[in-house]
Amino acid sequence: MKEQAMTPAKISVKNTTFTYGDGTQALKNINLDIRPNELFVLFGPSRSGKTTLMRLMNRLSDLIDDTTREGEILFNGQDVFGRRTDITDLRRRVSMVFAIPTPLPGSIYDNMTYGLRMAGIRDKAVIDERVERGLQQAAIWDEVKDRLDSSAFALSGGQKQRLCLARSLALEPEVILLDNPTSGLDPISTATVERSLYELKQTYTIIMVPHSVQQAARVADRAAFMLNGELVEVGTQQELFLNPHDKRTEDYITGRFG
Amino acid sequence: MAAQTNLNSMPPQDEATTPTNWRELVIENLIRLAGISAVLIITMIFLFLLREGFPAFVEVPLSDLFSSRWYPIEDKFGLLPLLAGSLIVTVGAVVIAVPLGLTTAIYLGEIAPPWQREILKPFIEVLAGIPSIVLGFFGWVALAPLIQSMGAPSGLTAFTGSLILAYMALPTIISITEDALYAVPKEYRDGALAIGATQWQTIWRVVLPAARSGIVIAVMLGIGRAIGETMAVMLVTGNAANIPDLGFGALFQPVRTMTATIAAEMGEVAQGSLHYSVLFGIGIVLFIITFAINSLATYFVGGGKRRRGGQI
Repeated sequence: MKEQAMTPAKISVKNTTFTYGDGTQALKNINLDIRPNELFVLFGPSRSGKTTLMRLMNRLSDLIDDTTREGEILFNGQDVFGRRTDITDLRRRVSMVFAIPTPLPGSIYDNMTYGLRMAGIRDKAVIDERVERGLQQAAIWDEVKDRLDSSAFALSGGQKQRLCLARSLALEPEVILLDNPTSGLDPISTATVERSLYELKQTYTIIMVPHSVQQAARVADRAAFMLNGELVEVGTQQELFLNPHDKRTEDYITGRFG
Repeated sequence: MAAQTNLNSMPPQDEATTPTNWRELVIENLIRLAGISAVLIITMIFLFLLREGFPAFVEVPLSDLFSSRWYPIEDKFGLLPLLAGSLIVTVGAVVIAVPLGLTTAIYLGEIAPPWQREILKPFIEVLAGIPSIVLGFFGWVALAPLIQSMGAPSGLTAFTGSLILAYMALPTIISITEDALYAVPKEYRDGALAIGATQWQTIWRVVLPAARSGIVIAVMLGIGRAIGETMAVMLVTGNAANIPDLGFGALFQPVRTMTATIAAEMGEVAQGSLHYSVLFGIGIVLFIITFAINSLATYFVGGGKRRRGGQI
């Protein structure tokens, strides 16, 4: 534990409060440190602020009009809301995969290369290599390798979801934000994705909103339980799922509400 | 039981001629009649146009129709100057209106903060409501002197017409393009931004391609508005039925469009005369051009299956 405490946080959320235009306070004074190469799980009932918190980390929250924010979020020690932040670069390094798969118009290959080309990578060999590795890491390579030129819309829901994950991985980010990445997946694909998450965290830092408490307990290194915009409890997998301190965490994990 | 009130709340009945069914039948047939009559009237207009205009293509030799001299008093019915006039004015208008309209729509739909959108949108709607003759008047009083002062022999030129037409097509292009952009799912933008696209890259590579079909419709409707416009164009293009010199200078010479010719001369011809037929013949040509543009639009949009924005 001492060693971990010494490692500088990859992402550090400090005193963050976030309010939407309609007055809904989505986040209430959140403090949280995410360490490099860990799989950090944010869980809790819906509308508890998990997605909002994720979207703040790479400033996708900028897209929503009329919000107010307090506190700061540090990525590698730099305030992401600071004036000198290059937002595009930030989003390449802190890449997000959404709960609803969002393939873009075009072929599977196009989807994989959008981000790379927009990042200014032109070398075909590099692009192809990243495409293949991304698809393999997202456990979809075998299913699509023979039809990279067909439309991404023709894929099944679960395949779309993995394609979106692969698309982010091809960018080789530092942090991957996964908002319920297995929502539309069957148990076999879910297991495949979970296995590759284990591989991925050797290279990346992963923050994930899980599909269920069970999944949270399966994959998390550390986890945080959120409820109505509050961060109730943060701890390692052992602490949180076997021996929660807070009554609300215990009730949620044991299924008394949620 | 045969109450005439509260028909809607009556339970369904088995007999074929309950009041509800009877009403349904009347309404259904009224709607059918309205639907068919629209098509019928259009067909009749077309047949009428053909009947009145067809003699022109028989009695005037083709070589005359394709000559460059329009001088009806001497039976010279060369359509080329009029075609050229319409072409220059319309192309000019499109070249001005399409980029301006698309960028305005992109600004309104993708970039402008809400408060600016709320100020700008009503202005565009007002622009759509200005009667074309008022715009023509504006062109005559304000634009023409300006263009003359820039060195053109007269202010009443093809370019003046193009500017006025562009202004007329703008509201159509802007609002339909904006609708098409609005129909693009928000998820596309999220997805693109989340993989490190800039706002402009997102618009150019993701949003615009996704809205392509709607944008094509916007442009085509804008062109349709421009090519059919008569009065404003008549006011400001100088009405000289000459084939302009080739090149950029053509924009700054007076021209006369097909529509303006019909409007200006129809009142003075004897019904049934050759001149009369030729004017209807011009109408047929206009009809064919508009039809071709519409067909092209349908073709581009993909067989008319996908109507507006969004889907690819």
